[in-house]
Amino acid sequence: MAVLVVADNDNAQLRDTTHKTVTAALAISGDVDVLVLGQGADAVAAAAGKIDGVRKVILAEGADVGHGIAEAICDTIVGLAGGYDAVLVPATSAGKNFAPRVAARLDASPISDVIEVVSADTFVRPIYAGNALETVQTADKTKVLTVRPTAFKAAGEGGSAPVEKTAAASAAKSRFQSEEMVKSDRPELTAAKIVVSGGRAMGSAEEFQKVIEPLADKLGAAVGASRAAVDAGYAPNDYQVGQTGKVVAPALYIAIGISGAIQHLAGMKDSKVIVAINKDADAPIFQVADYGLVADYKAAVPELMAALG
Amino acid sequence: MKVLVPVKRVIDYNVKARVKPDQSGVDLANVKMSMNPFCEIAVEEAVRLKEKGVATEVVIVSIGPAQAQETIRTALAMGGDRGILIQSDTDVEPLAVAKLLAAVAKEEGADVVVMGKQAIDGDNNAVGQMLSTLLDWPQATFASKVEIAGGKAVVTREVDGGLQVLEVDLPAVITADLRLNEPRYASLPNIMKAKKKEIATKTTADYGVDVVPRLKVLKVTEPAKRSAGIKVENAAELVTKLKTEAGVL
Repeated sequence: MAVLVVADNDNAQLRDTTHKTVTAALAISGDVDVLVLGQGADAVAAAAGKIDGVRKVILAEGADVGHGIAEAICDTIVGLAGGYDAVLVPATSAGKNFAPRVAARLDASPISDVIEVVSADTFVRPIYAGNALETVQTADKTKVLTVRPTAFKAAGEGGSAPVEKTAAASAAKSRFQSEEMVKSDRPELTAAKIVVSGGRAMGSAEEFQKVIEPLADKLGAAVGASRAAVDAGYAPNDYQVGQTGKVVAPALYIAIGISGAIQHLAGMKDSKVIVAINKDADAPIFQVADYGLVADYKAAVPELMAALG
Repeated sequence: MKVLVPVKRVIDYNVKARVKPDQSGVDLANVKMSMNPFCEIAVEEAVRLKEKGVATEVVIVSIGPAQAQETIRTALAMGGDRGILIQSDTDVEPLAVAKLLAAVAKEEGADVVVMGKQAIDGDNNAVGQMLSTLLDWPQATFASKVEIAGGKAVVTREVDGGLQVLEVDLPAVITADLRLNEPRYASLPNIMKAKKKEIATKTTADYGVDVVPRLKVLKVTEPAKRSAGIKVENAAELVTKLKTEAGVL
């Protein structure tokens, strides 16, 4: 049985969420192909060919798939799916956008956010914001899974799989108009080794920028935020860490002025080391923190900056 | 223009889900249930479309137990016009939900389906995308802004690393992200008015959809608990510990 992994890329670069999804795929089958959907994505396909354990790379190019249009991506994958027993997609916003479509077309029940491959047909996934883990078995002919990248180690690089080209489908009823990407020198939130997050205690967007961002920059960290901080408008939506935002698992997660609502914990509790700074000693965040500092962030963060040198 | 808004009754988002000791699922007995937060946002958006004169009717549909009628009433109190309850006492998987909703959308002749991007119980984030496929309508998921005019919807979407603006032909399926709007609280007069609004009760068999689960749930367990660590006295001690003990700096 062969497995198709759909690469996560922005037409120029292959993201390591792909490497992590390949690891999940290799737990299902030894025959793993990677599908790169994009426009002018030769470099991405070449990078995908280097991932250890990949049998071949299929590069499907077209304007619509390059813009991430779900209908075009879905049609392209469905055209190839006949040769595979499972289609694995990184559980990013882009992946979640088209994976269920593919499942519906194949009359399969999609399995979202897989965190463990028990066997070729049995998978573990979080439900209820990670407060419960569900082990499910599927009998679908072609399984469609999204894989939570933070739950798997990235496959290494050293392979040299061949690249095959094919044409991608286009979309008739959806048109890309524009995009506005946040430009930042900081690492991407879900890939960062260190994440510094701020909560509602910041009180304003200005304060959030003044307190959280310099600390993040000092540590070479990505910036995150709680849903409360995002809802209050202190931080942009794509900073949001939690059940409804991004799920992160960095080596170090520093939560500042975050109480630790269930929905936030769901997005960061798999971090290796968690630090919490909060003036409320009873804040739930301290129940998951490896190192807790009960202090007002206004005093603690400057001290922390000083101690870091 | 007719808007169809599917809503789901789920455990209240402030309540922590508890796993049953026999690992058969999550304990929902005597737990506060509410409308899924993303569904509330979808209802709000549909009602605003009606208030702007873009939509003429907002139809609310829910699939679930008899009590899901309360969830529909909440949506009607927010401004929905009428409801449809497809009663099912067993869990219906996203694929079957999408098939049922596709049947409703066709029967109603809906011009647009506005729904939450995910339910906070199953966390699948799948039904909208599947519904769009089954209907062969375009999709615009994770919407943070919706403008409808001239048989088209221009939707700003929350994507990895930023925003994307997509134009889709109607009919279409739009799924709501958190920042699309802030749902209103229903006023007391509107709650009273909602009690008189019509809710049709159907069964899954009425739509000829096979709702037998495809996935076999082998067990539901609690995740490994993370234990609390230590408290440090000050920032300097924290940095020392992170460098020497944790080795992450």
